[in-house]
Amino acid sequence: MDFFDTNFGIFLIILGQCLLVTVLLLVSLAFLLVLDRKVWGAVQLRRSVNVVGPFGLLQSFADFIKFALKEIVVPGGADKTVFFLAPMMSFVLATIAWAAVPFNAGEDSVWVIANVNVGILYIFAISSLEVYGVIMGGWASNSKYPFLGGLRSAAQMISYEVSIGLIIVGVLISTGSLNLADIVMAQSGSYGFFSWYWLPHLPMVVLFFVSALAETNRPPFDLPEAESELVAGYQVEYSSTPYLLFMVGEYMAIVLMCALISLLFFGGWLSPIPGLPDGILWFILKILFFFFLFAMVKAIVPRYRYDQLMRLGWKVFLPMSLGWVVIVAAFAQYGVPGYARW
Amino acid sequence: MITFAFYLFACVAVAGGLLTVLARNPVHSVLWLILTFFSSAGLFVLMGAEFVAMLMLIVYVGAVAVLFLFVVMMLDVDFAELKSGMVHYLPLAGLMGIILLLELGMVVGISSGWAFADAAPTLRAAVAPAPEDVSNTAALGQLIYTRYVYLFQAAGLILLTAMIGAIVLTLRHRVDVKRQNVLEQMYRDPKAAVELMDVKPGQGI
Repeated sequence: MDFFDTNFGIFLIILGQCLLVTVLLLVSLAFLLVLDRKVWGAVQLRRSVNVVGPFGLLQSFADFIKFALKEIVVPGGADKTVFFLAPMMSFVLATIAWAAVPFNAGEDSVWVIANVNVGILYIFAISSLEVYGVIMGGWASNSKYPFLGGLRSAAQMISYEVSIGLIIVGVLISTGSLNLADIVMAQSGSYGFFSWYWLPHLPMVVLFFVSALAETNRPPFDLPEAESELVAGYQVEYSSTPYLLFMVGEYMAIVLMCALISLLFFGGWLSPIPGLPDGILWFILKILFFFFLFAMVKAIVPRYRYDQLMRLGWKVFLPMSLGWVVIVAAFAQYGVPGYARW
Repeated sequence: MITFAFYLFACVAVAGGLLTVLARNPVHSVLWLILTFFSSAGLFVLMGAEFVAMLMLIVYVGAVAVLFLFVVMMLDVDFAELKSGMVHYLPLAGLMGIILLLELGMVVGISSGWAFADAAPTLRAAVAPAPEDVSNTAALGQLIYTRYVYLFQAAGLILLTAMIGAIVLTLRHRVDVKRQNVLEQMYRDPKAAVELMDVKPGQGI
C-alpha cells in the first residue's frame, strides 16, 4: 500500500486511469460509429453496415485497418508540420477533455481522473480549443476548399461557444459550484427524473442541444465540411491515419457533448426512478440516448445556409441565453423553488 | 515535482514568446503565441489560480487567438517585405521591452533594490490568501461582485464602448446590394411561390 502513496505510485495510478478511460472510450466509439450509421441507414430505409461481423458490428475495426494501411498523401506546398499537427491536436484535445468528466460517485469518492474545482470550465476551455484542429488543417493544406472550410468552422464554433457558455452560467447559478460532480449531486432529489435541471432550465436544454450540434460541426450545421459546396471542407486533403484522427476526434467531441448534456441537465449517473440505485449504467444510457438523438438529427434535418446559421447563433441564441441568465439569477435570488440549490 | 512543472511551463512560455517574434511565417507566429498563452495558463494553475487559468484558455486561446489566426490567414502578406523592417524597428522594440521590464521591476522588485512605491511590497505580500473553506473561484467572485463591483462594471462599459467604436468605424451601409430578409423568407407562402402547371406534351407552356 505504501508504494501507491509515493509520487511514482500516484503517477502510475493516474496513468492507469487515463489508459482505462481512453481505451474504453475508443472501443465504445467504434460501436457508436456503427450505431450512427445504422440509425442513418434505418431512417433512409436501406441496409447500412451489415457485412463485417454479426450485424456489421465489427465494421469500425475493418475501417480502422483500412485507414491505417493506406498511404498518407501530403499535398504539394502544404505546411508539413502544421498539416500533421492539426489532426493530432483535434484528437488529443477531444481526448483530454474527458479527464474532468465524472462517471459515477460513491459515498465520499467520485469516479473521475481529475476532480477539478473548475471542471465545467476546463471542459468548456478544451472544447473551445478544438477549433484549432480544423482551422490549422484547413490552412496547412494549401488548398482552397479546405481553407474555406477552416474559416467557416472558426466563425461558427466561436459563435456557438458564446451561447453554450451563457447556458452553462445558468446551470452554475443554480448549483453554486463549478465542479461537475457537485452539479450532478445538486440534481438529486426525491422526485427522481423531475428533480433534474432539465425541468427548471427547459428552454436551455433545447438551446444547448442545438448549440452542441453547431459546436461539433454536426449536420444540420456541418458547413465546414458541406460536401455539396466544399467537397469535404477542411478534410479534403487528408487521407489515411491523419483523416482517421480527425474523424475520431470529431466523434469523441460529439460523445463529450452528449455526456455534458446528461451531466448538466439530466442528472449524470442519478437514477430517474427514486427507488432504483444510481450508477454508471444510467450515465451510459443517457449518453447513448443523446447520441441517438444526434444521429437522428443528422438523418432527418436538411443543412442550414451559412448566413442563417450565423443569424441563429448571434441574433437568436445569444439574446435568449443571456436573458435566461438574468431570469435564472432573479429566480434564484427570490427563491423560486428548484432554481437555487446551493 | 512542482518546481519541475514550473520550469517546464516557464521555459516553454519564454521559448514560445521568442519564436512568436522570430518565426518567418505570421501564421506560425500566432501558433507560437497560442503555445505561450497555454503555458502561462499552466503557470496560473501551479499558483493555485485555476479559475484565472481556465479563463485565460477560454478567452485568449479559445477566442482572441482564433481571431488573430483568422485575420492573419486571410491577409495576403509578403513575408520578405514584412521581415525587412526587422532591423529598423529593433532599437525601438528593445527600448519598449526595457521600459516594460523596468516598470514591472518597480512594482514587484525587491524592497532594498527597485521598489519605488512604498505600498508595493505590502501589496505584493498580500496576494489574496483565500480562506481555507472558500475555493479561489468563489473568493474571486465575492471580491468582484461586492467590493469591486463598480470597477468591474466600468471595465465592461469600456469594452462595450470599444466594441461600438470599432463597429461604427468599419460599418458601411451599402444600398446597392441584395439583402437576405430571413423573416420574409420564412413566412413565404408555398401557394404564392409555386404554381403547378399541367403541361401537354410537345406544346410547352
